[in-house]
Amino acid sequence: MIAEIGHYALVLALFVALIQAVLPLVGAQRGDAAWMAVGSQAALALFLLVGAAFGALTYAYVVSDFSLANVAQNSHSAKPMLYKISGVWGNHEGSLLLWVTILAVFGLAVAAFGGNLPPRLKARVLSVQAMISTGFLLFILLTSNPFARLAQPPFDGNGLNPLLQDPGLAFHPPFLYLGYVGFSMAFSFAIAALIEGRVDAAWARWVRPWTLAAWCFLTLGIGLGSWWAYYELGWGGWWYWDPVENASFMPWLAGTALLHSAVVVEKRDALKTWTILLAIVTFSLSLLGTFLVRSGVITSVHSFASDPARGLFILAMLVATVGGSLVLFAVRGPALKGGGLFAPVSREGSLLLNNLLMSTAAATVLLGTLYPLFVDALGGGKVSVGPPFFNAVFVPLMVPMVLAMAVGPLLSWKRGDLAGVLMRLKLALALAAAAAALAWLVMGGQPKTLAASGGLALAAWLFVGTLVEFAGRLLLFRAPLAESWTRLRALPGAAWGMAITHASMAVLIGGITGSSAWMEEKIQVMKVGETVMLAGHEVTLTNVRDERGPNYLAQRGTFVLKKNGQTVVTLEPEKRSYRQPPRPTTETAIHTTFWGDYYTVIGDADGQGGYVVRLYFNPMVAWMWVGILMMTLGGIVSLADRRHRIGAPVRKRAAQPAAT
Amino acid sequence: MRHWKYILPLVIFAVLVGFFVRGLDLKPAEVPSPLIGKPAPALNLKPLLDTKPGLADADLKGGLVLVNFFASWCGPCRIEHPLLMDIAAKKIVPILGVNYKDKPEDAKAWLANLGDPFAKIGVDFDGRTAIDWGVYGVPESFLVDANGIILAKQIGPMMQKDWNERFLPKIKERSK
Repeated sequence: MIAEIGHYALVLALFVALIQAVLPLVGAQRGDAAWMAVGSQAALALFLLVGAAFGALTYAYVVSDFSLANVAQNSHSAKPMLYKISGVWGNHEGSLLLWVTILAVFGLAVAAFGGNLPPRLKARVLSVQAMISTGFLLFILLTSNPFARLAQPPFDGNGLNPLLQDPGLAFHPPFLYLGYVGFSMAFSFAIAALIEGRVDAAWARWVRPWTLAAWCFLTLGIGLGSWWAYYELGWGGWWYWDPVENASFMPWLAGTALLHSAVVVEKRDALKTWTILLAIVTFSLSLLGTFLVRSGVITSVHSFASDPARGLFILAMLVATVGGSLVLFAVRGPALKGGGLFAPVSREGSLLLNNLLMSTAAATVLLGTLYPLFVDALGGGKVSVGPPFFNAVFVPLMVPMVLAMAVGPLLSWKRGDLAGVLMRLKLALALAAAAAALAWLVMGGQPKTLAASGGLALAAWLFVGTLVEFAGRLLLFRAPLAESWTRLRALPGAAWGMAITHASMAVLIGGITGSSAWMEEKIQVMKVGETVMLAGHEVTLTNVRDERGPNYLAQRGTFVLKKNGQTVVTLEPEKRSYRQPPRPTTETAIHTTFWGDYYTVIGDADGQGGYVVRLYFNPMVAWMWVGILMMTLGGIVSLADRRHRIGAPVRKRAAQPAAT
Repeated sequence: MRHWKYILPLVIFAVLVGFFVRGLDLKPAEVPSPLIGKPAPALNLKPLLDTKPGLADADLKGGLVLVNFFASWCGPCRIEHPLLMDIAAKKIVPILGVNYKDKPEDAKAWLANLGDPFAKIGVDFDGRTAIDWGVYGVPESFLVDANGIILAKQIGPMMQKDWNERFLPKIKERSK
């Protein structure tokens, strides 16, 4: 019964979405306030209906209602409650329902917090949001009904892939979707602006917080996914350039570019058409990710079960949404008037450079991800594109990017003084050189010396450069400390946010460099009692025994890590064999320190008393996780900037001087 | 064209869509099997049921057969099962079942429940035969001719479309 109510709510939601898509748009065109006002009420109704459907499915999972095909296929009565709930979005149908639910939440947010938006803009934004909702609701109802019943309910469910029964992964999809769907806000604002034919500082001021919020969620979502891959898969790595990882990374790159170009629109009234295009592209890349993961066009380790009918439907939706918006862009884009001029060396110039590099990076990732499809479609056979390609093209793009990241914020608007800025960055340059030299001395000409020195130099340059900029705002050491303190307290959230995110990037680069350059691995057969050296520590396999878990059998190894004879830590990795579905998983045991992770994996017995073990020393991996958390925090701090809430500049009447 | 810059994104997108449309028909997961046109690997497996024999190499030399790798725990096997039942009922080609990494009692219950389309069933408990045959997931099916040569391979569940387009023509050709 509950499930039928959920299904019915979805059908009603479709009609509400249709009304919300049409009436406010027509109302805005005609200037009819009553029709425009329908948007907000419909957004509330849509939220309640979709929320009810989501609640109904969650309920079915919680009570393990195996008469629902979706629950029977993906859940099991013996699963812990956390994974029963995360099972709701751990499958194709449920994840789509989560997607529309989040979309409805964002729609409601516009209706509730959009009080300071001009009524026409608000009506059009809500209408575009509803068009997207309509597409997704149709998709769910026509091809992916999560409430389908089974004629003969099984006694128990199929269970969830044990790899996915993990807290890191339970919350990974909701954050990713909050990011993807959050970018629909920027998209809706862009479309509304194109219809209206006007983009100005006020528009940018409204778009920025939404984009920033989406960006924070996406950053955290990608971070969680990467963290999970690191400790759960047992391969010692944290990023594999897998198509599905790339699908989440592309909108992040484009979204990062969008955040920066929106600043230029807001402050300087320039880069308008570019910003509109970026808003469209960012959301399009989010949709593209959905298409790639679910259509079976690209192979990946973690795609959903694919189905050509679904693929065709998403493609049609992609064509309507992206194609439609790009047609609108082609027709209306030329009418948007550009504003302020600026010299190449200026704050605007540096933000433009950021945009160029970020978009090129996104395009490169897109090319690499789709290349196997291109080749196959042109009859070239099956190929795969892996990390060597991505690393080879990505690093050269990021180097100038990071170099400019320290310089840009110090440049003034319109025309900057590069020589003056470089003088202020003397300290950063010196410390970068010191970091490089140190790395060089330590490594002494080993294979990755250049990469390590370069990476650490960049990290130092960016970190110190960011501190210099921050100190500059406070007039630290140039004014009395009391004044610096006053300035610190008055500093807007956006300034804090920028400093934190830029610094976090430096921390992240440090972690990436360290873990790539100094990783040590020992993959070998070990007998109980044997000792190997790993990064200056003695690692002894002292014991291997069998353990029985609730729904698996495990072989647990005990490693004792010693330094100079002193026991540092005891690590107990497991190799588990789950019964339903029958699948082996590795449970790594990791000892995290400031300078690196000691990472142990136990594998199969070789039949002669030995075990295949994988021991890694992954340097500075914790830095990456800290970097990602800092980055998210920086976004949140910037979001808390009170100017986002109150000070949206009053929209000027279209400032066309009367031609006399 | 003064406004070509504004049309460019649309053009790029149109090209991408062209590839996607083409891509929907391609199956990237299907790495072409190097075994097609080659002699089938060895097949010596103990029987699953008391009433039906297991599998031996000789079974691949008697005439056209379909070798199907299945398991009771495998969801997609359930999807292709009605088609296999249909093939067996119409006696189009004998189906040799290889029960992959399964508990015998589960497999028996599964067949009792859904019906048994197989002429003979062998037990591949440790999955070694599947490795020899290059199977990387169940279900997979191989069409083998009277000389023991593999003619066609299906990765994943056999759908009516695959059967009609890639298997039936080969069967008709041989039985002329």
